[in-house]
Amino acid sequence: MILALLIILPLAAGPLAWLTGRWSRSAPRWISLAAMALDLALAVALWIHGPMETSWGWIPQLGIGFTLSLDGLSILMVALTAFLGVIAVAASWKEIKDRVGFFHFNLMWTLAGITGVFLASDLLLFYFFWELMLVPMYFLFLWGQEKRSAAGMKFLIYTQSSGLLMLLAILVLYFMHAGATGVYTFDYAALLQTPAAGPAANMLMFGFFIAFAVKMGVPPFHGWLPDAYTHAPTAGTLLLAGLMAKTGAYGLLRFVLPLFPEQALQFAPMGMALGAAAILYGGLMAFSQTDLKRMVAYTSISHMGFVLLGIFAPTAQSQQGAVILMLGHGAATGALFVMAGALQERLGTRELGRMGGLWETAPRMGGTMLFLALALMGLPGTANFIGEFLVLVGAWRTSIPLATVAALGMILSVIYALWMIQRVFQGPNRENWKFPDFSLRETVAAAAMIGVVLWIGLYPKPISTAAGPVLDRTMPRADLSAQDEGGEP
Amino acid sequence: MAELLWLIPALPFAGFLALALLGSRMPRPLVATIGAGTVGLSALAAIAASLALAGSAGAEEGITRTLWTWISVGGFAPAVALRLDALSAVMTLVVTIVGFLILLYSTEFMAGDEGYSRFFCCMDLFVGAMLTLVLADDLLLLYLGWEGVGLSSYLLIGFWYKAEANVRAARKAFIVTRVGDTAFALGLALIATQLGTLRIQEVAERAPLFWGAGSGMAVAAAALMLGGALGKSAQLPLQTWLPDAMAGPTPVSALIHAATMVTAGVYLIARMHALFLLAPVVMGATAVIGAATLLMAGLSALTQSDLKRALAYSTISQVGYMFLALGVGAWSAAIFHFMTHAFFKSLLFLAAGAVSMRLRGEHDMFRMGGLRRALPGAFWAFVIGAASLSALPMVTAGFYSKEMILERVWSSPRGAGWLWAAGLIGALITALYAFRMVFLVFFGEKRQETEGRSGARVMFPLAALAALSIGGGFVPMSRGTWEAHALPLTLAASLASLLGIAGAWFLFHRRRGMTERLAGSPAGALLRRFWAGGWGFDQAYDALLVRPFVRLTRASREEFADPYSKGVARTAGALHHLLSRTVTGQLRWYAMAIAAGTILLIGMAVFL
Repeated sequence: MILALLIILPLAAGPLAWLTGRWSRSAPRWISLAAMALDLALAVALWIHGPMETSWGWIPQLGIGFTLSLDGLSILMVALTAFLGVIAVAASWKEIKDRVGFFHFNLMWTLAGITGVFLASDLLLFYFFWELMLVPMYFLFLWGQEKRSAAGMKFLIYTQSSGLLMLLAILVLYFMHAGATGVYTFDYAALLQTPAAGPAANMLMFGFFIAFAVKMGVPPFHGWLPDAYTHAPTAGTLLLAGLMAKTGAYGLLRFVLPLFPEQALQFAPMGMALGAAAILYGGLMAFSQTDLKRMVAYTSISHMGFVLLGIFAPTAQSQQGAVILMLGHGAATGALFVMAGALQERLGTRELGRMGGLWETAPRMGGTMLFLALALMGLPGTANFIGEFLVLVGAWRTSIPLATVAALGMILSVIYALWMIQRVFQGPNRENWKFPDFSLRETVAAAAMIGVVLWIGLYPKPISTAAGPVLDRTMPRADLSAQDEGGEP
Repeated sequence: MAELLWLIPALPFAGFLALALLGSRMPRPLVATIGAGTVGLSALAAIAASLALAGSAGAEEGITRTLWTWISVGGFAPAVALRLDALSAVMTLVVTIVGFLILLYSTEFMAGDEGYSRFFCCMDLFVGAMLTLVLADDLLLLYLGWEGVGLSSYLLIGFWYKAEANVRAARKAFIVTRVGDTAFALGLALIATQLGTLRIQEVAERAPLFWGAGSGMAVAAAALMLGGALGKSAQLPLQTWLPDAMAGPTPVSALIHAATMVTAGVYLIARMHALFLLAPVVMGATAVIGAATLLMAGLSALTQSDLKRALAYSTISQVGYMFLALGVGAWSAAIFHFMTHAFFKSLLFLAAGAVSMRLRGEHDMFRMGGLRRALPGAFWAFVIGAASLSALPMVTAGFYSKEMILERVWSSPRGAGWLWAAGLIGALITALYAFRMVFLVFFGEKRQETEGRSGARVMFPLAALAALSIGGGFVPMSRGTWEAHALPLTLAASLASLLGIAGAWFLFHRRRGMTERLAGSPAGALLRRFWAGGWGFDQAYDALLVRPFVRLTRASREEFADPYSKGVARTAGALHHLLSRTVTGQLRWYAMAIAAGTILLIGMAVFL
């Protein structure tokens, strides 16, 4: 029941916010903030408490259960969702002025869907939440920037069609399982017992993989991403980059590798190569952008490339690195998008060419952005460093050339991150911008995100003790035992 | 005392935090007190710890304190652990004491600047990161310090951020060193996977057990480490960032880009010498790179007109000596030269700063001249620094350290006669450019009037560093015994130094006109431009790397996936158009379509 509460809180806050939005602009904001804060507190309490599972028969005749389960991996993601949920409400406080109630309804329902995705332990329920987060997300584009309708449509079509592939894969898996065991069930734990085999299993794995790769924005499945990240409202981009990209990576860890261990290991070199390609592609494209949000969008592709590389390297280090990077990226890149939104609110533009020399007028914003740029380039002390370095160490075991390519991404990240800082905050202030620095609300939000990045960067132990056992238990590992011992003579 | 080892880096970090959060609201005296005071306290703690170490029984072993386990994944568990032994004690003492003197100097030097608290904030960050670097017992923690000093260097080079050129120099420094850092990070990944640890002591113990001398892995690991060291220490081919880094305030150049950070590479190699001993090829490369760098940078220093740039090239050249020493396995000679260099080079920078302070920020040596009478304090400080840099025999610290390097290069089995010759020619060039600066700035005719006087906070650090530049050579670390074969070598080194100083007097004072004519001749001007511009490295990198990179990214700015999604949209649109034309609203048309469909279906049922 407590697990369901994690989803019910935002689910209930949504309609309430919509309703009160008819009379008051601030009521929806406060309701949403309270719901997400409660959600966060609950998530932290559950984190301390440990794993737990709840299950109701939903449609028992078809073997569909309302099964939620919380383990070390999902609690991290749920906590991130609640945390970024609070930030998303805070970041929209001033930006959203019309149809405030409806906006917060969509925001809350998207968050409910995302939380559900991280908790569902029944494949059909998982798919249900997967769809649940899409539609309100699509509506959030209503409050977006210039090309919002095209961007939203692109997002919907990409994710919807890849989602259908996954549904197909789920159904085939369901029937194959029934064929093998005689039991019709969508239950994750049950499906885990009977790994699919044969050429069909390969197709099924791809069905899942493509859906998740689209969400992560792995080239060549990323076509929707730059436009969507750029033209969504700040809170929308925050959810897309900070959370939805993580649902893809989470899906790989939760479903693709455990359900299709052999096929995934076969595919692993390809997955790693895709990850390495994403690192380079995102890094190169980020440098050439002139739109701040679009630039951050490409850095996001680059970082999710690291995550993909780590997941498919498949070593304990690289996968833990991937999880830590998911959290670090959620907080740091999320904060960068909030930053881009705050700048746009003040300047009315996202064009890097029109910025410059803003440090003097807004030193707090400058300091924040500088820190975030450091996280972007994976400086030690930030969560991103721990993540990237562990991925590098793990990838090195599996493929030295790909690890080297990934390391090139570290050079690219310095180039684009410093370029970004220079274009925005340094140099002469050509257009004589003058605007108020971060308000108290924005300072607190930024400080919270910086705090998370630093905390994981300096003391990631709580993260690895939570995620480690889950990964060790469920992940297929390539046989690297000889090297794991450190090549004892 | 050992329990309080963490205080040494923590104090400057505390100063950094205090200034970062509240510095903009603090009165200036408080900023200065926190900024310099925390480093001063850290210096006291370092002195106490070093004394305790020297007095303790296990002085050879050193003391180690683990603060917490940083990461723990699958048997790989780097820790936040500090270690004080002879090597890190020397580094710590130099960093804190020289750092404190430079910060004291800065309280006056930066007095007129609007970014006063930002300056001390970044400087404290630097000192904290540098101390983390030298005290780290784990390579990953060392890497944290390594990147931390890179960050503060970036922030301080671009301290005056409103000028585009400064920001560009800062960015260049970060990116070029990051190329080396990436090699370093890959080296860490290699060591972590092969040896299963990043603890420095364990790496030193395991490397010889796991890897044979000259084995591929050992060579790769050492080469990657060397790559990191080359970037940070501005050695060929990654030296291009350092001359531009002079865009920062002078105390920054003194502390970061002369005394401490640029020698981090030297420290790294000395620290990891057990690994380098397994890779003779890499050690040979280190020696050759050091020799080549010291000669090329020396010639560049000889042709600069900007005082700070001349000092920057001199730094590259002197660090080249340290690499030469490392390459022949003379670890302690390298560290000895690091120490004396920290004293005399920061002295030179601070004296140069004291000159430019009185000349409204002038850095061009050809617009100075004859300042010996007007600025006696700066003059004597600079002369002592230049003498130590030139290794003036017997009386200066620089002589003992440089002589030790040359002697080891000659006598070490890894050394070679031609490496020694390169070092000796370098010594001559060093003396030549060092006293070229002295004669151009302080002798000859006066070109500008000075204004104001330097206060005690500028003069005291100069005096203290001058004393160290002379007396620093008599520490126990220098040679204990004179060996018979060393005497001719010592004589040769002394002769090179004296010859260089005399040559400088002749070329840049006595017959200055002749030298200028020579430099003005077509061939002379060409050579001069080539040397002064740093041997064309910047242009080459620009043409081969920077511009192609920019062109590539500019050309591919448009998303390659876009045409596909646009194509899908267009197809969908066309289909929509086609289908919507069937909706005509005419009953006749619908009836006919239904009939045609029915006939088609029946036909299919019949014939198939």
